[in-house]
Amino acid sequence: MDNSHLSSSQPTKKINWFAFSAPSRFYALTQKVIPLCWFMALSFGIAGLVIGLLYAPTDATQGDSYRIIFIHVPSAWMSMVLYTAMAFWAAIGLIFNARLAYRLSISIAPTGALMTFIALWTGALWGKPTWGTWWVWDARLTTELILLFLYIGYISLYQAIDDERKAAKAASLLAIIGVVNVPIIYFSVKWWNTLHQGATITMTKAPSMESSMLLALLLMTVAFWAYAFAAVFTRTNQTSLIEDHHADWVKTVLTSSKASS
Amino acid sequence: MTTQSNSTTKTSSSNFVILYSVFKRDIGLALTRKTDTLGAIFFFALVVSLFPLGIGSEPNLLRQIAPGVIWVSALLASMLSTNRLFNDDYQDGILEQLLLSPCPLELIVFTKILAHWCCTGLILLITSPILAIQFDMSTETIEVLMMGLAIGTPILSCIGAIGSALTLGLKSSGALISLLALPLLIPVLILGTLAVGAVGSNVSFSVYLNLLAALCVLSIFFGPIASAAGLRIALD
Repeated sequence: MDNSHLSSSQPTKKINWFAFSAPSRFYALTQKVIPLCWFMALSFGIAGLVIGLLYAPTDATQGDSYRIIFIHVPSAWMSMVLYTAMAFWAAIGLIFNARLAYRLSISIAPTGALMTFIALWTGALWGKPTWGTWWVWDARLTTELILLFLYIGYISLYQAIDDERKAAKAASLLAIIGVVNVPIIYFSVKWWNTLHQGATITMTKAPSMESSMLLALLLMTVAFWAYAFAAVFTRTNQTSLIEDHHADWVKTVLTSSKASS
Repeated sequence: MTTQSNSTTKTSSSNFVILYSVFKRDIGLALTRKTDTLGAIFFFALVVSLFPLGIGSEPNLLRQIAPGVIWVSALLASMLSTNRLFNDDYQDGILEQLLLSPCPLELIVFTKILAHWCCTGLILLITSPILAIQFDMSTETIEVLMMGLAIGTPILSCIGAIGSALTLGLKSSGALISLLALPLLIPVLILGTLAVGAVGSNVSFSVYLNLLAALCVLSIFFGPIASAAGLRIALD
């Protein structure tokens, strides 16, 4: 089986920043990374949940309901990180006209939207026993909700345009406009909130954190990162296989996978 | 040297001719298609009037929700009309001609946004005090509401133009424009209603109007650039 052109190793000493911008090289690299990411997501996730749910002490004020932060906080972090990453790859795509960057950007969006949704959902589940209500028009909650709308708008625009290149470019432009607007939205929501609602509820968690809580949170964060990488790379590679179906490297990949199975 | 400056003035004056004719044409079209232009205004008035019917006509409540209701309705009416901003010119091929013209596309887009604002934002602004009176708002709050709308409606046209450019030529662009543009317009809504809410309180309403003006300047500068980029992608 001739796999030499899929090889990811570069003989040059200089770093070639565009080495993996070729979908074939990116595919070869990520196919090796994806199983590792899934393994890390699973193992760290299980370890994090076991420590978080069984070993971390019960919170003095919030009882056991605080334990949802082991899902809530990592997903909220990921929702913001992924939006930034999405806009970053969108900008790279527009600047260098790199189709793999567009694909990455578009592959990030569903995972980002999922993380935003999980953050909102778990936040509501946590809010009911703690605040006594499912939803408050707090600055953070509102911004997170708007972030979900931005993700959905981005995905809808990409889906609505038939021409893949045009769709990728238009959606990328929207992602960049969105990322510029996110801090403006955040501050406007914050001002609006402070005047109308007053300091009834703050999002501040327990001031000092038990080390086992922190450990569980860190493990869960790693698990969420690994999951995001695995999901995004899988989606990117699937898009590459579909869109480049006429390319030689796809044929080689498909025939070799057929031969091995 | 003389010839160079001569040619510069010549292009700038010919640019002005192009921009003036684009502006005149858009205004003319809006005046001809009365149902579209008036439709957005009647939609605005209708949506605002629906709220007392749905919520109840308690004067204190109405006075409290009035700025929010008028702002939200203005946002929706503006989204309704931005649908046609570039689509008609795209359908009959004029947009491609404009893209080929020596005049920068950004300036043409700016002119089209200006014409759009004159036909919707300006009329929304003129209509708003009548609706505000229906909600029993005081003269002072109506003044601040109108100042906010005067500064805020150009932002609606600019961001709406971006949405319109990005969804150019799509069959179901109406709902999509709203989905793209409305999340970006939330700061305008918040600052506009905050300014009205600040009238009775000890916070100066001018703080919010200043912030709104800053957003207005930003969107007037970046809106046409982003819209032109969107049009170039769509016509590529």
